[in-house]
Amino acid sequence: MEAQSSAVNYLPIIFQMLVAIGFVVGTMFVTHLIGPKRKTKDKLTPFESGIEVVGNARQPFSIKYFLVAILFVLFDVEVIFMYPWAVNFREFGWQGLIEMFIFMGTLLLGFIYIIKKRALDWD
Amino acid sequence: MNISVFYLIAFLSVFFSLMVIFAKNPVHSVIYLIITFFTFTIHYILLNAQFLAIVNFIVYMGAIMVLFLFVLMLLNLNKETEPVKSLLVKLAGVIAGMCLLVVLAGSLKAISTSAKGNPSTQEVVQNLDLGTVKYLGKVLFADFLLPFEVSSILLLSAMVGAVLLAKREKTEIS
Amino acid sequence: MELSLVIEKFILITGIFAVSLVVAMYSTLAERKVAGYLQDRVGPNRAGWGGIFQPLADGIKMFLKEEIIPAQASKFLFIAGPSLAILTACIGSAVIPWGSNIRIGDRVVDLQVTDINVGILYIFGVVSLGVYGIMIGGWASNNKFSLMGAIRAASQNISYEIAMGLSIIAFLMVTGSLSLRTITEQQHGFWANGWFTWYAFQQPLGFLIFLVCAFAETNRTPFDLPECETELVGGYHTEYSSMKLGFYLFAEYINMFVSSAVMATLYFGGYNYPGMDWVNATLGPLWGPLIGVAVLLLKIFFFIFFFMWVRWTIPRFRYDQLMNLGWKVLIPLAIANIVLTGVWITAKHTLENSVSIF
Repeated sequence: MEAQSSAVNYLPIIFQMLVAIGFVVGTMFVTHLIGPKRKTKDKLTPFESGIEVVGNARQPFSIKYFLVAILFVLFDVEVIFMYPWAVNFREFGWQGLIEMFIFMGTLLLGFIYIIKKRALDWD
Repeated sequence: MNISVFYLIAFLSVFFSLMVIFAKNPVHSVIYLIITFFTFTIHYILLNAQFLAIVNFIVYMGAIMVLFLFVLMLLNLNKETEPVKSLLVKLAGVIAGMCLLVVLAGSLKAISTSAKGNPSTQEVVQNLDLGTVKYLGKVLFADFLLPFEVSSILLLSAMVGAVLLAKREKTEIS
Repeated sequence: MELSLVIEKFILITGIFAVSLVVAMYSTLAERKVAGYLQDRVGPNRAGWGGIFQPLADGIKMFLKEEIIPAQASKFLFIAGPSLAILTACIGSAVIPWGSNIRIGDRVVDLQVTDINVGILYIFGVVSLGVYGIMIGGWASNNKFSLMGAIRAASQNISYEIAMGLSIIAFLMVTGSLSLRTITEQQHGFWANGWFTWYAFQQPLGFLIFLVCAFAETNRTPFDLPECETELVGGYHTEYSSMKLGFYLFAEYINMFVSSAVMATLYFGGYNYPGMDWVNATLGPLWGPLIGVAVLLLKIFFFIFFFMWVRWTIPRFRYDQLMNLGWKVLIPLAIANIVLTGVWITAKHTLENSVSIF
């Protein structure tokens, strides 16, 4: 039997977030107060294994990572679509199974395309 | 009680969405946008639309904003390379924004006139089960099967598009 | 919600908080002890008996160190990074049922912060938020090593999230419910109807996929490329010092604790154990469920030990191997698992129905 949960049931999550935020802010504040502060110019440069720092880290990186992020969003949406089906799937029977296999088949096609295009190969 | 909670959350949503626009640093904007989406999640929960709330949480807060961050980090954010926008671009932005405002106001007006005396809105308010994952699944796989299957083709085309764009970049370099 | 319930929830939340912090603290000691044992040395043994005060000493040291914010870093984001990391680690435990209801006097106390209809999805959402702390912190440091670590961490986490989501789908097809309380109650006892009730025995492949993904999501070896010392100095927390570094390290251990709890709840029956009905009947409605809590903690500690065991046994992956495992092995496996589960359950269902017709 599914428990009826309304908006009130979500309130304790907000409580937990408040406790967590309180803990984080409190700890940050205390360390800020009691830690020593002796700043020198060398101490505040980025640590790059003792080698003189050239430029800064605000520079573009490989597009591969970006592709991974886009594909992640697409697959995430797919996974989300499957949740309502998975919860009900016993009632749908064979018909529901075939419907979902069509959906998954289309996406599998995309997945095969990605693999065949070697989009996820790191070279 | 419920109304005052709504106004508090609505105020937070508006406040943080304004912060998104006014923040100078784009990464700050992204953080504010995440908080804005979080307030939207609370709105959905207040409306008892649990599945939508969690979809908003996972897809918007967890996936799309990661993509936004990736894009921002992929860009060169040094001050010197910041492109100076011409007057024409600014004007186009203003016009596009105004158009969006008109569309939003119009749709809100249409909803408010159709909602009065419409029995379906009463049903939405009274039926607490309506927003659960289980109920949504039943509706999705009975009444909206075709749109569901078509959406898979949309996702497929998006995948192909993304791969094509990224691959073209590579051939140009080599 | 009445005031007494609110107070009860706050006490419960603080209790869970304290437990997860203490477990996280002592995990650091346990890790070094396990490492010592596996490498045939003693491990920390100076602070207190057998190094029992080592975590306290480390904690105090973290507090007393100087905090350095590099001159080129973005200050706000530099502080926001570790805060977000530990915040997302701490809120995941809200939906885990720590035990069945206990009765103190005539008040029934629910040993779960809240039971929502979308419990698993909430955990999934919190896991997906875990990327931000690392990404923002790494980027804000304005250090090339940190940036590389952050980007690696982010794309590793999101890659394994998909396989994790798919393995959960196969799991949901068996349970038919998203509420963690319902799922735990379905696994009551240990043995029923000629098979184990724990879902690890009904979804072995799904559990394996989930386990691997949990390792990747917590950035534990063999998936700790974001903080790969040989390539990236300290990875995303190269620039961090004092309690901000502590937060990153702590977040990792709290994540480990929470994901162990999730695995124990989803796949290993949570607070259920063989013979629990007899124990509950003998010990009454207060001590019976508390033994259940102890059993759950025991399962969690086993998983934490397992995390450490793997860490000191298996070497780190190469980045392309990691991506290949995530995308080309785990995702197809998870999809195959869904198909298998679907066909199996539906076929069984049809068979049972046709038998009852004849």
